[in-house]
Amino acid sequence: MRRQLKILEYTLSSLLRRKYKSFSLIAVYAFTIAVLGSVLFLTQSLKSEATGSLVSAPEIVVQRVSAGRHDLVPIGYAEVISKFPGVKSVTPRVWGYYYDSLVKANLTLIGIGEYQEQLELLDGRLPIKPDECAIGMGIVNVFGPGKGDALVLENSASTSKTFKITGVFRAASNLLTNDLVVLPEAALRQFFAMDSTLATDLVVEVYNQREIKTLAKKIKYHLSDTRPITRDEILHTYETLFNWRSGMMLAVAVAALIAFCILAWDKATGITAEEKREIGVLKALGWETADVLTIKFWEGLVISLTSFLLGVIAAWIHVFVFSAPALTPLLKGWSVLFPAFQLSPVVDFYQLFVLAFLTIGPYLACTLIPAWKTATTDPEQVMRD
Amino acid sequence: MILHPGILALLCGSTIILIVMLIASWHGLKILLYWDLSSSSEQQLLLERKTWLISTLLNYALVGQMLSALLFVFTADDIHRLFVGAMCATGALNANLVGWLVLLIKGALLFIASFWVVLNRLDQRTEDAPLTRPKYLVLLAMTPVVGLDLYLQWRYFSGLQPEVITSCCGSLFSAEGEGVAAGLAGMPVKQSMQLFFGVVGGYLVILLVCMRSQMALLRPLLFTASVLMFFVSLGAVVSFLSLYIYQMPSHHCPFDMLQANYNYVGYPLYAGLFCATLFGMLPGIAQPLNKYASICSEIERAEKYWLRIALAGMLLFLTIGCWQMFFGSFRLLGY
Repeated sequence: MRRQLKILEYTLSSLLRRKYKSFSLIAVYAFTIAVLGSVLFLTQSLKSEATGSLVSAPEIVVQRVSAGRHDLVPIGYAEVISKFPGVKSVTPRVWGYYYDSLVKANLTLIGIGEYQEQLELLDGRLPIKPDECAIGMGIVNVFGPGKGDALVLENSASTSKTFKITGVFRAASNLLTNDLVVLPEAALRQFFAMDSTLATDLVVEVYNQREIKTLAKKIKYHLSDTRPITRDEILHTYETLFNWRSGMMLAVAVAALIAFCILAWDKATGITAEEKREIGVLKALGWETADVLTIKFWEGLVISLTSFLLGVIAAWIHVFVFSAPALTPLLKGWSVLFPAFQLSPVVDFYQLFVLAFLTIGPYLACTLIPAWKTATTDPEQVMRD
Repeated sequence: MILHPGILALLCGSTIILIVMLIASWHGLKILLYWDLSSSSEQQLLLERKTWLISTLLNYALVGQMLSALLFVFTADDIHRLFVGAMCATGALNANLVGWLVLLIKGALLFIASFWVVLNRLDQRTEDAPLTRPKYLVLLAMTPVVGLDLYLQWRYFSGLQPEVITSCCGSLFSAEGEGVAAGLAGMPVKQSMQLFFGVVGGYLVILLVCMRSQMALLRPLLFTASVLMFFVSLGAVVSFLSLYIYQMPSHHCPFDMLQANYNYVGYPLYAGLFCATLFGMLPGIAQPLNKYASICSEIERAEKYWLRIALAGMLLFLTIGCWQMFFGSFRLLGY
């Protein structure tokens, strides 16, 4: 133990003697780790953000599929489904997208029924009259109007409709309400020119969580033109999607990793005459090959761990303090009204393990053979040179 | 499926390990062909230096292999979320049965590589390195297994289809099912406890006697006891130790304990079992090597440490595995 510590001490002083070489290597190494780490941290954080907000999503959403495309669903279906045992409630939803060419943004318009309880995160109240609406913070920022002002939207017949803003959703609910416009259901049907016997989709609430799967199967069996989507399926899709995205990014970043490995290989192979003399002197003093290999082992470990620590800290700051400006366009969605939210720091041991395995492994592998070459230097040969 | 970060890391890591092993084998082959200790030619000197390269390469490859086994279990545990119906690594492994084979090969490699590294250390301490030839023969045999490991991992991960509904530990490790796993889970608790404590007790007795006596017969006996103890213990984990750890009379899964909700208690548990088995087997493996005079004293010196590590590993395994049995409120027997 004492012997190992002594060797470590020697290694550290020897690394410090070669300041510039060591630091330049550590800088590049740490940068590579920071790039890979940012990708991992960001996806992990987005994943947990998405999963967290989907917890309150409806258990089953039933859509109608016609000619392979999503279609409006007849409200009559709701009655059929609500008769299945185990179904708590079926609510037809009316909603759609609205593209505003002026601000070049997509809004989500959703209709609410006549009776709605007051929401905590709403500043003001929900719309009651047909010419009223409630909007999200993102729309306030883009369009300008606030509570009490008017919002002008163009309906499907290209006629302008004016809605009085009765409420604005607070920023805390941004992830869900940023681009939202809430209208009374009847007004929205009129706006979209939608038949009153149709709805966009049906939301099914289920008493027992374990029956969700069976009920989804039943709905599909009895109403064969529907597509029931369960919450679990959405969660799986998100999980797969984020894994795929981050894997894609990592695969691209692997090129950087390989470049770094070549650099590491080059640095390790090109030992200076001074270094050679150092090893020669050590061996002449009675150090064995095994001891020199131990030095090299500690050297690799010190450089790797220092760079890993620096890289992870840099990735952390990049992702969680500055919200990953270099990566968000690639990993998030591409909506104009994308909510600006602070990522909550989620880093687990698994992420760090994967990162270490991806970066430290290749580095050590690259430096093994050069280290051996150095360690087996013949003292007599060195002295003669 | 391949683009999961953990899977990428695993495949990259295994490829690197394979390359390192191939380089080591190439040099090992040269040593096998031209090794002649009595010669003092330049070539022999070069070969002697190369033994250092190979042992360094192999040391790193072993550590890499160990970490990759850990990462494999970790990843199997992480990707279970992608499979409908899977709740832990069991579900993810069932999604493509090759996964079990990968786990098996990784376990076997862990043992073989550890033996190699320990015996190599012994050999390098001697003057005449009597184990050179057998060592490099084993190395040449090990490399294809590492290649197979990489290939099967590729097969496993590329064959995963997230939409397939897998069976989870609830249905695999339950008393009603068929096969070995279910048979273990369905074993009467009392009998399996008697078997487990009997075998572990026997192992400990032989181990303690080995620490006192130099008798040659005891070493192979300890080897046999270790192997027996390993399989009986794995059976015991499925059969009743897991029940105590989860405090549930029907939960037999050997993987759930690796998860955060059980404070990762499975890792020290399995590490203890691994040490107890590995270092219990070593004296038996080293026994035939005593015929080389130079290595004999080295073995004698190292054996003390092996036995102590084996004992420590066993105690760790027993403490973690049986803690709840004696100090927890959960009771399996007596009703």
